[in-house]
Amino acid sequence: MTHAAVGAPGARLRKLFRRHDHGGAPRLSPLWTFVAWLATLAFFAPVAWMVLTSFHQEADAATNPPTPFASLTLDQYSLLFSRDITPFLLNSAMASVFSTLLVLALAVPAAYALSIKPVQKWTDVMFFFLSTKFLPAIAALLPVYLLVKDAGMLDNVWTLIVLYTAMNLPIAVWMMRSFLAEVPKEILEAAEVDGAGLLTVLWRVVAPVAMPGLAATALICFIFSWNEFMFAVNLTATQASTAPVFLVGFITNEGLFLARLCAAATLVSLPVLIAGFAAQDKLVRGLSLGAVK
Amino acid sequence: MTTLTAPPKTAPPAARPRTRSGTAKWKRRIPLLPALVFTIVVTQLPFVATLVISTFQWNILRPGQRHFVALSNFAFVFTDERLRTAVLNTVVLTASVVLVSVVLGLGLAILLDRRFVGRGLARTLLIAPFLVMPVASALLWKHAIYNPDYGLLNGTLNAVYRLFGASNGPTVDWVSSYPMPAVVISLVWQWTPFMMLILLAGLQAQPGDVLEAAKVDGASAMATFRHITLPHLRQYLELSILLGTIYVVQTFDAVYTITQGGPGSRTTNLPYEIYLTMFRKYEYGQAAAAGVVVVLGSIVIATFALRTIASLFREEVSR
Repeated sequence: MTHAAVGAPGARLRKLFRRHDHGGAPRLSPLWTFVAWLATLAFFAPVAWMVLTSFHQEADAATNPPTPFASLTLDQYSLLFSRDITPFLLNSAMASVFSTLLVLALAVPAAYALSIKPVQKWTDVMFFFLSTKFLPAIAALLPVYLLVKDAGMLDNVWTLIVLYTAMNLPIAVWMMRSFLAEVPKEILEAAEVDGAGLLTVLWRVVAPVAMPGLAATALICFIFSWNEFMFAVNLTATQASTAPVFLVGFITNEGLFLARLCAAATLVSLPVLIAGFAAQDKLVRGLSLGAVK
Repeated sequence: MTTLTAPPKTAPPAARPRTRSGTAKWKRRIPLLPALVFTIVVTQLPFVATLVISTFQWNILRPGQRHFVALSNFAFVFTDERLRTAVLNTVVLTASVVLVSVVLGLGLAILLDRRFVGRGLARTLLIAPFLVMPVASALLWKHAIYNPDYGLLNGTLNAVYRLFGASNGPTVDWVSSYPMPAVVISLVWQWTPFMMLILLAGLQAQPGDVLEAAKVDGASAMATFRHITLPHLRQYLELSILLGTIYVVQTFDAVYTITQGGPGSRTTNLPYEIYLTMFRKYEYGQAAAAGVVVVLGSIVIATFALRTIASLFREEVSR
């Protein structure tokens, strides 16, 4: 599947067709278009139902059969804020934003040393990072818990920040390397020959190519930290609890209020839905750790 | 979390200067070091600690009785009825979630690879289940959909029954009657978009001229799919299955939220069982031993996953 055989007939054509043929991809027949949309709506229905219910009154949410056309209200959302969801959202924001920044600060130089000026055996280093991602977090929970307890760092957002950084670092290294590898070698060399300093090269040559990749990497890391539950629920109590912990506690504390639950679920999912939709072209690259473009 | 055995070798890097002086080598290594040191400290040391703890009898409810017991925790892990159930549940849960979502994801990817009205919007809507916070989606399924009294499922059934003149629909308590399928369905819903995205990327990386040639030669759609698309997709299928397995094996949120591992231990998977051993029974030694076993199991899957990624990676590097 390499394109090494440039001379072979067809190879050039194949390259030409490689990514541009999809404007001309075959059309679905009306029947299959209907099937595609039916499947799409079936998958989206639970999300739609969650959002719709969040705008209903409690009494309308708990009817059987369901009443999707009941009158809409913002009551559930204002109730959430009066139930102090804010500190949880702030903890989540702090944990995900700070860990994302820390990940980028560590991953970008590392990716540089794995692509633009590669160290020896750089592929081994890449696979070391990757292998840490493949082992279950639950196995680390006990020692992490004991260590954090000894250090007096239970219920502290910074504990989560460090753990989320470790959790996302391999993804970020892999993604950033695949983006930095796209910086044209010729331009880098030309800039060096012209005597451009490291900072100039980074700013003028590397940054413009790598910026979209940086943004996509940041979004992916943000999504994973924002959604993380296992460490959050076991290592925090009251001060540092994040949004998913709020959701779970919310049910046990308040009994079942369906509309309010849906409002809370919608609210905490909103940042990730926005980030994910914004990064959807790059999502697959992050999820497959840069293996698929 | 630990290192795996020797990582698969990829193609030798394209252009590497033969020999460099020591300082030049270190200059290259410096940007890498912070990330490397951080990863080793935060992910490898806990695993060493897990290994050490797994050789102790240690229950914090019986302080002062912590002592070295060599491998007897592992003997316990391999003979304990609950843990065996947990292993079995993990296999059933992971296999059914991964297989069903790969099949559904493949179907959706094939549809989305074609042009149709609103394809972009359909793709965006399809990603949504994967982006909803896992805990939120578990709660949504448990309360808004499976709830026997006013969940969407029974509600819709009820509405349909009434439409046909029956007075009332069935009142099924989905989570208690079908605990495992309930968890599996919510996870399939969450993971299908993930599979779809990887497989769609695979379909779109298909060389167009081969498909064109097949069409010119008069190959049927079915034959083209079987003999051209499927072989091409193989490594993407492998990748989605392996990555899916690695993520789904770790499922904690859904079990914790939807069933708490119940009824009894019918949906208790390994992560949840380890959590219970740790924070309900306080048997640290046993929890650590179970953790080591999970890690060893994951290494087996991960080795295959790494091999697949390495082959995709080699292609990319040599391109």
